[in-house]
Amino acid sequence: MTLQAPQLPTREIELVTDRRRLILGGGLVLGLAVASVKARAQTADPSRVNPAGPQPLSTDDVSAAAGEGFRGFAPDAFIRITRDNQVILIIPNVEMGQGIYMGESSLIAEELEVGLDQVLIAPAPPNEALYKQPLLQFQGTGGSTSIRGAWEPLRKAGAAARTLLITAAANRWGVPVAECVAERAMVRHTPSGRQTTYGEVVDDASRLPKPEQVALKDPSQFKIIGKMIRRVDTPAKVNGTAVYGIDVIRPGMKFATVQSCPWRGGTLRAVDDRAALAVPGVLQVIRLPDAVAVVGEHFWAAKQGLDLLKVQWNAGPNANMSTEGLWASMEQASNAARGAVAHQSGDFDRAFQGAEKRVEAVYRQPFLCHAPMEPQAAVVHVTGGGAEIWCGTQVPTSAQGAAAKILGVPPERVTIHNYLIGGAFGRKLETDYVEQAVQIARFCPYPVKMVWTREQDTQHDNYRPLYLDKISAGLGADGLPVAWRHRVTAASVTIRFVGPAGMRPNGVDPDAVEEAEDPVYGKFQNMLLDYVQWQPPEGLRVSWWRGVGPTHAIYVVESFVDELAHAAGQDPVEYRRKLLRNQPRGLAVLNRAAQAAGWGTPLPAGAGRGVIVQKSFGSFLAAVVEVQVADEGDVRLRRITVAVDSGITVNPSVLKQQVEGGILFGLTAALFNEITFERGRVQQSNFHDYRMLRINETPPVEVIHIQTNNPPGGIGEAGTTAAAPALCNAIFAATGVRLRELPVRRELLRKNARKRTLAPPIAAALGARLLTPAEEVRDERADANAANDRGELPLDGIGEP
Amino acid sequence: MRKNLNVNGEVRVVDVPPDMPLLWVLRDVLGLTGTKYGCGIAQCGACTIHIDGRPVRSCVLPASAAGGAIVTIEAVGNTPTGAAAQKAWLDLDVVQCGYCQSGQVMSAAALLARNPAPTDEDIDLAMSGNICRCATYPRIRDAIKRAARS
Ligand code: FES
Ligand code: FES
Repeated sequence: MTLQAPQLPTREIELVTDRRRLILGGGLVLGLAVASVKARAQTADPSRVNPAGPQPLSTDDVSAAAGEGFRGFAPDAFIRITRDNQVILIIPNVEMGQGIYMGESSLIAEELEVGLDQVLIAPAPPNEALYKQPLLQFQGTGGSTSIRGAWEPLRKAGAAARTLLITAAANRWGVPVAECVAERAMVRHTPSGRQTTYGEVVDDASRLPKPEQVALKDPSQFKIIGKMIRRVDTPAKVNGTAVYGIDVIRPGMKFATVQSCPWRGGTLRAVDDRAALAVPGVLQVIRLPDAVAVVGEHFWAAKQGLDLLKVQWNAGPNANMSTEGLWASMEQASNAARGAVAHQSGDFDRAFQGAEKRVEAVYRQPFLCHAPMEPQAAVVHVTGGGAEIWCGTQVPTSAQGAAAKILGVPPERVTIHNYLIGGAFGRKLETDYVEQAVQIARFCPYPVKMVWTREQDTQHDNYRPLYLDKISAGLGADGLPVAWRHRVTAASVTIRFVGPAGMRPNGVDPDAVEEAEDPVYGKFQNMLLDYVQWQPPEGLRVSWWRGVGPTHAIYVVESFVDELAHAAGQDPVEYRRKLLRNQPRGLAVLNRAAQAAGWGTPLPAGAGRGVIVQKSFGSFLAAVVEVQVADEGDVRLRRITVAVDSGITVNPSVLKQQVEGGILFGLTAALFNEITFERGRVQQSNFHDYRMLRINETPPVEVIHIQTNNPPGGIGEAGTTAAAPALCNAIFAATGVRLRELPVRRELLRKNARKRTLAPPIAAALGARLLTPAEEVRDERADANAANDRGELPLDGIGEP
Repeated sequence: MRKNLNVNGEVRVVDVPPDMPLLWVLRDVLGLTGTKYGCGIAQCGACTIHIDGRPVRSCVLPASAAGGAIVTIEAVGNTPTGAAAQKAWLDLDVVQCGYCQSGQVMSAAALLARNPAPTDEDIDLAMSGNICRCATYPRIRDAIKRAARS
């Protein structure tokens, strides 16, 4: 049997490459996107689906367009206009579903006075100097920072370019600039009606000095910002022409797949590859220090080969690692006498002792996998003294640097072509998959596409860390907190990702306490918040996951505030309203969400509503989740209502998309997801045991958008941070069972289990664990929870700062 | 194994192992990368194609068993329900990262072809095999209804 290499696509791609060169030689950039789309989908009729819509360009295209050879108008890092009036916008942030191509192109186009149907969009190449994210201070996309950082600079870039183009046209006509206006990539002299395209004045505009100051539009003049305009990146995503990193095809390319050591920190001992090499189409078996890869004529051959390898590993230091052991270690750490103090005001101890009621709780959150739909993949071609890499990455400059380090070459010898990302949620802030692809490609005389299996992707992710939160509050006579004590124990994502420079001088990880420190209510009275940095075992890498610190903190704070409301015998919305007295934006979203959700109206038996209010990433959001809990303990989502104030909104449609998807993403994790270790190995492997919410489980989601004139907030993660506490509060309302550990455990919600585990009358009625000076109520539910063998954790251990 | 495949109206000759899933034949041999890999075990639907109009998970369909008329996302716009689904998807801004959407559009187009007016239950049944990690489900539901009306 012979195997064929991918013949036709190679030819097609060569054709594209040739045409690209020709086309670029002629300076016409528009043609090439169309050419590449056509070649990739030759049997499709592109006219059927919005072919006129802007298509994202690859960096191949843009580096030609934006590079040395570009002829036309290039006033800054973001705008290119050719002599034939093609407008190319270079977008500093990467598109991974969050709609940033739309958001950032809108900012530039609004001030540049071009239509979004007139532009081509290109991802920025790695270049710290040009594309550093202003809030992150490196070239990266994450933390819902993109629009917040780009809001001023990109509009100013558009306005400056427009000013130059208008000036150039006015000069040519010998008329005052003030008599000219720009619209849809044209300049018009209003009195005479004369007009010219931008393209016709690009050479003149290029010679003009940059304006010192530019005036930005008044929001009332916006034509794009704030309008319901369709996303620019989506036409190609519904007809198969969008190219993600995993889709890249290079001439002569081969395919690799890989198995990393199942034990973190372990190494490869020996491989018997005889059977693998006998598989038709298998070309090479590559041994890396901690992994083994098989290269073949196609992914299937590589995968067949991989399955036939007989591999021996040195399990290394984590051979016996278990989730249970990790929790025990965290528990021990959390009992440290001192934590790093993030915030301290007043006198917690005194206020707590003097409180009318005292409430305490311990919350636990699991490891989470990112599980983007596109498994990790990268194409790498190592050539003499450098490499070319085609992939999707949230951190192009870091990826370039990491690859260069492996190859021992200066970064400029590594070219990164960045592509659309099929979901990242933080996953592609890491460069491990790019590095592994480079290590594999070093052994290959051809370009090689490394594609991870879903199993590899699930088991070798860099997980969202475990969190252990111990929290206690004293309530005053009005039921509101007069003392607030919160200790966060967790591995530090910041120290792993940024290093000590990212930490506060006293050892607080700002990410671990974000929104615990400064919740939507403002600081609590007599508040003490500290952080214990837990050291994870060597080789266990924790990382950013959608919602980052706030996903962790808002679950704890909003669950606990709910517990306090019940302990005080007050309605959870009413209680929050009191806490929000001085927080108008928080109060406004809470009221809107509660009203729209019909808060307080009757529900069928077994149903319940949970509410949360939060601020995260500069946006304010309140959510009401409605659930139905069956007697067997199954939780069904009935309805979701969200009100959001994200300040000035660049695109309301994208905002709603992000909130809908974001909250469902968070609910998926809260309902189903945890990564666990046993004997050092990850127990989950694919979507059957790391399961996703599906359409039949998805309730209606209503998003109410409250427009305000506050500076834009981030929106890609705010829905996610709201999910888990709203869900658990709803489950409590439906069942009286307070879940303090994620994900939701159905066995705790079975009707008879509920009865058995209910706390004594007062707590059962109010549903909170109370510790009053007069009567200490023991939470028996915790005892009944077999999964909760770690037992009740004494809060006394929190200790003095 | 040499085999003729009828893909998007063209006969393509491939020489591949008989057990090679059609997904990899499409992606790695024929260069039709619109069909996506998500799980490889029929759990996510990213690899959905049509065979004689029926939705099939190509990641578990051996090439040897792939007969009939194969249509992929690259050509589904040539069918009335495929075009209607694509249009509704754009009209309602369904798409986020987009990686699952080839499979979603294929499943929806097949549903609409055999059921021009699907109920919510019909949508649940036909679409619950397609995971969307960005959770665009509410809009997928609305878009199917919109396409059905068109
Ligand atoms: S890749 Fe076929 S169902 Fe997931
Ligand atoms: S749009 Fe991203 S997985 Fe569906």
